[in-house]
This record gives sequence, structure tokens and C-alpha cells, in this order.
Amino acid sequence: MIDREQVLHVARLARLRLSEDEVEAMTGELSSVLGHIEKIGELDLDDVVPTSHVVALENVLRPDEPRPSLPRDAALAEAPDSDGAGFRVPSPGA
Amino acid sequence: MSEIVELTAAAAAERVRAGELSPGELWEAYRERAAADSLNAFLWLADDAPDVAADAPLGGVPLGVKDLFCTEGVPSAAASKILEGYRPPYTATAIELLARAGAPMLGKTNMDEFAMGSSNENSAFGAVRNPWDASRVPGGSSGGSAAAVAAGLAPWAIGTDTGGSIRQPASLCGIVGLKPTYGSISRYGMIAFASSLDQAGPLTRDVTDAALMLRHMVGRDECDSTSTGHPEEIALPSAERLDGIRFGVPPELTGEGLEPGVREVFETTLKRIEELGGTLQEVALPHSGHAISAYYVIAPAEASANLARFDGVRYGRRTERTETLLSLYEQTREEGFGPEVKRRIMLGTYALSSGYYDAYYGSAQRVRTKIAEDFRNAFDAVDLIVTPTSPSVAFGIGERVDDPWAMYLSDVLTVPMSLAGIPAISIPGGLSEGLPVGIQLAGPAFSENRILDAAHALELATGFDRSAARG
Repeated sequence: MIDREQVLHVARLARLRLSEDEVEAMTGELSSVLGHIEKIGELDLDDVVPTSHVVALENVLRPDEPRPSLPRDAALAEAPDSDGAGFRVPSPGA
Repeated sequence: MSEIVELTAAAAAERVRAGELSPGELWEAYRERAAADSLNAFLWLADDAPDVAADAPLGGVPLGVKDLFCTEGVPSAAASKILEGYRPPYTATAIELLARAGAPMLGKTNMDEFAMGSSNENSAFGAVRNPWDASRVPGGSSGGSAAAVAAGLAPWAIGTDTGGSIRQPASLCGIVGLKPTYGSISRYGMIAFASSLDQAGPLTRDVTDAALMLRHMVGRDECDSTSTGHPEEIALPSAERLDGIRFGVPPELTGEGLEPGVREVFETTLKRIEELGGTLQEVALPHSGHAISAYYVIAPAEASANLARFDGVRYGRRTERTETLLSLYEQTREEGFGPEVKRRIMLGTYALSSGYYDAYYGSAQRVRTKIAEDFRNAFDAVDLIVTPTSPSVAFGIGERVDDPWAMYLSDVLTVPMSLAGIPAISIPGGLSEGLPVGIQLAGPAFSENRILDAAHALELATGFDRSAARG
């Protein structure tokens, strides 16, 4: 179960500004979904190893050789705002 | 409808190679059909017929491409407002491989925003209609791809499947959809939803076309370190019988919760399997009842991290309200994401947050281990598992939008295979009150050839008539 304060806290963590209506709807919907999800708590999982990935791969490496990367112009082409050399954003201190 | 668009992709490619059909004629026939799309299946259409090498194995058969794939210079928005108008500087590996083999992109197909949904109603660009009944959903999230193939607007299409997003719309639209083994196809250029689950795959008119497309998609890619390629070449299926093949029927996925019409088609299919020489036996998947719960922790958790990149800085849409860097982030995301995407970001962020991580994410990953074990045990006793693909036929537009959990249960029969990373196909099994019912065949990792052969034999015996979906 999740209350209004928790919804606002999680929204801050997720960098989402929710409207008043959204906060209210989200509180009910998330509580309902979590209520279903919590049924997995009935299982005895103490000795079970968690699976984060189904394919057993580790340390997939490629040769450490320099090669061309995306040209700066192409990387900046889709930016909402740029000064031609980098992405432009408001000052973090503003 | 012209005779050209009646051909399967394999048959059309064959005609091109035999010199009986030109790639240009083929392109024009589909370009015209797709431009007259009344289902909202396409979001963007290519203008020019591409050059295709005369001896290309796929003969210039045009491809519908889910909007989740990045395609260089072509709008790729994952059906989200936050990426509206975005034109990526590169093309996804799977699309590149298919284009090189002679399947050029016809257009981008509609989908649920960021592939989050089971009805295509979560698209920022409007719902897609089911060609069997325009008042119903085509399924999702690859709903535009499925509807376009079923209606003959595209000969075939590529989709992606995280928890059922290829198989469920294939089932609801009466076509074939295959989710390959995790890792067999590169995810490079697929806009990421849940990286440990996402996998590209074909949506086609028949099983042979699915095999043909898959053959040209698989491969290890150095741009995706989780890609493995496929240990064997994908063969075109030829089996007409199922002699000696052991089919497992899991009571957990074939018991309660199925619509009567779906159950009827499933039971007819089981009889058909026996008539073709296959054997049936019950197998247990004891943890599959918890699959949806585990999935709706794992997938949103991964999504909440993957979607952090959409912040209005490097690409996509930015809010006008940019007083501070924080308000730029928060307001851009508030304006750009739709309700279901926000819900999943919230769910995932909560499940990963301090104090809740072990209870939700840790437990869900342990359930995932048990589900994969269940399948391994089952495949000690049987060659393939057979279930319906979806517990219901296509439902009405608007019917499930107010109840997220009811919508999530649309994928109750497809999510277990996704969590285990194993391949599964949906093929049409018959009709229930005039609407298609899909049958799902699943096998162990990398058993695509076995699955395709069995699906081919079953398809021949079923003789499904999809002409009602062609306008």
C-alpha cells in the first residue's frame, strides 16, 4: 500500500512533476497494483538465487582500439538547445 | 485487392528472384495499401522505392517497422510525445540486417508508448483498430505491426516482445508472431523498455515467413554485449506431421481464466496435435501463477532506469518552463510521458527505492529463478509446451483502460516465457465468435527450428482463413 506522501516522494526521485489529479489517481492505482504484487511474499524464497539476467555471460570485451565515434554535429543535431559545441541547459544553481 | 498483396512474403520474394515480379511493383502495391490505412496502424510511410539488389534473398519485400526501432533520419518516437519528431543518427541492427537482406522499410508502425501496454491504446498518436472488428483493440504493444500484417497493409512486420508484445497482438489479429530466445537478436537501436526481457521478432502471415525473417535477423552484434546470436541456422520449416513430439500442457496456464471460446479452440488444437502424431501430457509450471507479479516489478524497475535518459537535454521534446535545471527535467517528463508510462516509472522507482528493494525487486528476481527452473524441469519431460496465447479474444476499445491490473492480466500466458528468456510462437488456432484465437508453442532456449517445424505442421492442419481481416 502506498499513500500520498510516498507518491510525492517517489515522483521526486523519478523527476516527475505530477498534477494534483495525477497524484490522487496514482495513489489508488499503485496501491491496487502493489496489492496484487505482494502475493509473491507468500512464497518461500529464502534459499533462491536471484536472476537478473537469463543469459550466462560475463565480461564481454572488445579490443581496446580507438575508432571514430558519433561526430559532434550529429550528436547535437537533435538537441532542443545547443550552442554548437555542447548541450545548453539552465544553470543547475538557478 | 491486387493479386500481388495476396502473396506471402516468402512467395513474393520467390517471384522476384524468378524474375516474374519486380521489387518496384511489389513496393508500389504495398505503398498504396499502406497509404489508405484506416486502422491508424502506420505513423510514418517511406516515399521512395529503395534500390534492392536483384539477387537479395528477401527480394525487396517491404517491411513494417515498429516505431520502437531507431531508423536513421526517419521519425522514431516509440509512439511517445517526448520523442515526437526525433530522427536518430543511426539505425537499429535488426532493421539494418533485414534491409541488407532485401527487406526495405515501408513505414513505421504504431504501438503502445515505449511498448508499455497490451491494447495499443497507450499510443500518444491514437489507438489502432483491429482489422477483424474496428471497435476492438489489435492487442499490444506491437499492435500497429500486427494490424498492418493482418489487414494486408504490409507483407510482414517487425515487432518487439517484452512480456507478450509480439505474441498477444498476433493472437488478437489472427497472424503469426514469434518471440525468439533472449539474446539471439541484437537489441542495438531498440529504444529500451526492460533490457533483460526485450527481444525483437517477426509478425507474419504464416510460419514460413516468420522463419524467413528470423533467419536474417539473428546474430551476435558487438553493439549489444548481451547478444549471443543463434547456434544453428534458422531453417524454413517443412514438417507436416508431429510424430513422436511430446507436448506438455501446463494446468496452471490452461485452467481457469480462459474465455469459453478460447478454451474450445485450445481443446480442438490438442485433438489436432494428437491426430498429427504428437503426444500430450500434463506438465507442472508451479510458479507461473506469480509470473505477472514478478514481471510488474522487474519490467517497471528496468524501465524506470532506462527512461531516465528522457530529460529534455540531448534529444526529443523540452518543456517551455525551463526556470531551473530541475524544473526542466520534471516538467519535460510530466508533459512528455503518457499515463501508463508514468505509472510504470513510479512503480519501478518505488520498487527500487531504499527500504523496498529487497521486498519487491529482490523477491521478483527470485521468482524469476523459480519460473526458469519450472521450464527446465518441464523440458526434461516434453519437447514443447502448448497453451493459448491470450485468455481472451480481442476486447473492445476502452474496455480495460480504467483497470491497470485487468490490462496487465492480458499477458498472463506470455509473461512466464519472457521471464525465462525462452522462445515462443503464436499461431492462429481458429475463431471464437468471428474473432481469432492464438495458440502458443514454447520450447527450450534456442529451439526455434523445433518450434517453427511444429507450428508449420499445426498451421497446415488448421487451415486458418484470415481473409475476413483484409479490407
